[in-house]
Amino acid sequence: MSFSGALQPVRRAMATPKGAVPGLWLVLVIAAAILAPWLTPYDYDIQNLPDSFQPPSMAHWLGTDEFGRDLMTRILYGARTSLSVSGIAIGFSVFAGMVLGAAAGYFGGRLDRAVTIVVDLTWSFPEILVALILVAIIGPGVTGTFAAIAVAYLAQFTRLTRAQIMAIRSETYIEAARSLGAGDGFILFRHLLPNALAPVLVAGMLATGDAIILEATLGFFGLGAQPPTPSWGAMMSSGSGLLFKAPGIIIFPGLAVAITVIAINLFGDALIRALDIKTRLRDA
Amino acid sequence: MLGFTIRRILLLLPVFLAVSVVIFLILHLIPGDPVDNLLKVGSSASKRAEIEARYGLDRPLVVQYGIWLGHLLQGDLGTSIVTRRPVAQLIGQALPHSLMLGGLAFLFSAAVGVVLGVLAAAKRDRWPDQAIMGGVLLGSTLPSFWLGLLLILMFSVQLGWFPVSGARGWDSLVLPVLTIGMGGTALVARVTRVAMIEAQGRDFVLLLHAKGMPPGQILLRHVLRHALIPVVTILALRIGWILGGAVTVEFVFARPGLGSTLIKALNQHDYPVVQAALLMLAVAVMLGTLIGDILQALMDPRVRGAMT
Repeated sequence: MSFSGALQPVRRAMATPKGAVPGLWLVLVIAAAILAPWLTPYDYDIQNLPDSFQPPSMAHWLGTDEFGRDLMTRILYGARTSLSVSGIAIGFSVFAGMVLGAAAGYFGGRLDRAVTIVVDLTWSFPEILVALILVAIIGPGVTGTFAAIAVAYLAQFTRLTRAQIMAIRSETYIEAARSLGAGDGFILFRHLLPNALAPVLVAGMLATGDAIILEATLGFFGLGAQPPTPSWGAMMSSGSGLLFKAPGIIIFPGLAVAITVIAINLFGDALIRALDIKTRLRDA
Repeated sequence: MLGFTIRRILLLLPVFLAVSVVIFLILHLIPGDPVDNLLKVGSSASKRAEIEARYGLDRPLVVQYGIWLGHLLQGDLGTSIVTRRPVAQLIGQALPHSLMLGGLAFLFSAAVGVVLGVLAAAKRDRWPDQAIMGGVLLGSTLPSFWLGLLLILMFSVQLGWFPVSGARGWDSLVLPVLTIGMGGTALVARVTRVAMIEAQGRDFVLLLHAKGMPPGQILLRHVLRHALIPVVTILALRIGWILGGAVTVEFVFARPGLGSTLIKALNQHDYPVVQAALLMLAVAVMLGTLIGDILQALMDPRVRGAMT
């Protein structure tokens, strides 16, 4: 699948109102994360105690936190941490899941059994539990969160890829390719993986929404990004003791998480419709 | 049925062993020397020797695991580094709170989810359906800890109906159950709705209509019964997830329980407590799934047949 070919379903999803609205929000959030330093006159970590607990105003659109830091600024910078940690961790997880799933589904035998046992084991536990085990091993912080997300969702992508490969493996055109002398590598990379790609990528997109929540939850527990690095979860963690005094510190980052995750889900649905893969996702 | 149950339990044994190996290894995978990680900073040499002897830290890893598992099966979970109390005692105090919360949230999700799903299916594509499905999307995508904080803000701070935190009295359970139950309710409502709509199109429903049975009676006595099978399946699969939700929500509401114990211990690097709490949560998820499987087999003879 060429790059422009891969973009076509995205364009088709954006052409419907149900895909365009969440799609635009996602573009906006990603742009805000990248452009954060140019969008705000404030620094995310310089404390300015006389300005603490300001209500929303023209100078501070969302008000300030307990250290007088601008909340809007911290949410913009928080988007950098939250989106990049979740997005890259899921990207890693999708890649590893595709390699494992493709190898297991294509070669079968002992390799398949070994992969299936490990994957089913993590699959049978809630993501938060798998994530907390990883955090226990690696320790709190961005690295721990990254590993927690990557491992917690690995089972899903491995299972999905494996099911896809198994379904296509016995198609006639694969048999034809093999009888023409195509090797395992050629069949895997030229025929099987490209055909399995779309559902796995959409699943990856939807999982990114879950990962943002997982990142925020770990951050809220104080186990994610450590201060002064702003992340949506870490912001809410420091705000939880100030719920009565300054609910904005909790409400606004939470809104950022909620709207972004809902947008991801809605856009994912639009992509599924554009790609017409609902039945394939359900089979896996 | 007994055979089915015994087979399911036997299948859980290797899972338990695998999980216990992973949790045992935490102590050896974390950076630093295991002995140092099990001691308070500045502990005496005799204390150090005591820890080494207890965990057999000078022996091969496999032997250490055997020693650890042996202690574990005798209910000896070690001593908390921070509080110096036996871990078994800490866990024993936390467990009932978590089970109560998780159990109530589960019942809430099942009951409310089925009612909402039936309602949405009955009023398909009209405003009650759209309202319920919109609520379902919100319920399944909002971070549960945030939802909990918003509920505290609204019902405890503004309205003063429920206590903000803690675990005294039944009214302190309302908001946590609601928070955990929201995600489960959303899932159950969605599955119930689809199953109801699918079942309504079956031939036997057409026959009942032709016989002249009142539509309400068809819906509740026949269609719902048919539609409940996938609902029970999804509930069975998700018991563990609802327990997992308790982890987050206990922390938000500052309730005692396995989840808040675990998160506190993780922040304090209290590894014996971390290991025990993780293991108990894993066992709870496994038992939850087991109960779900058994319930499903009781309801649907086809499942029983597939396992034998």
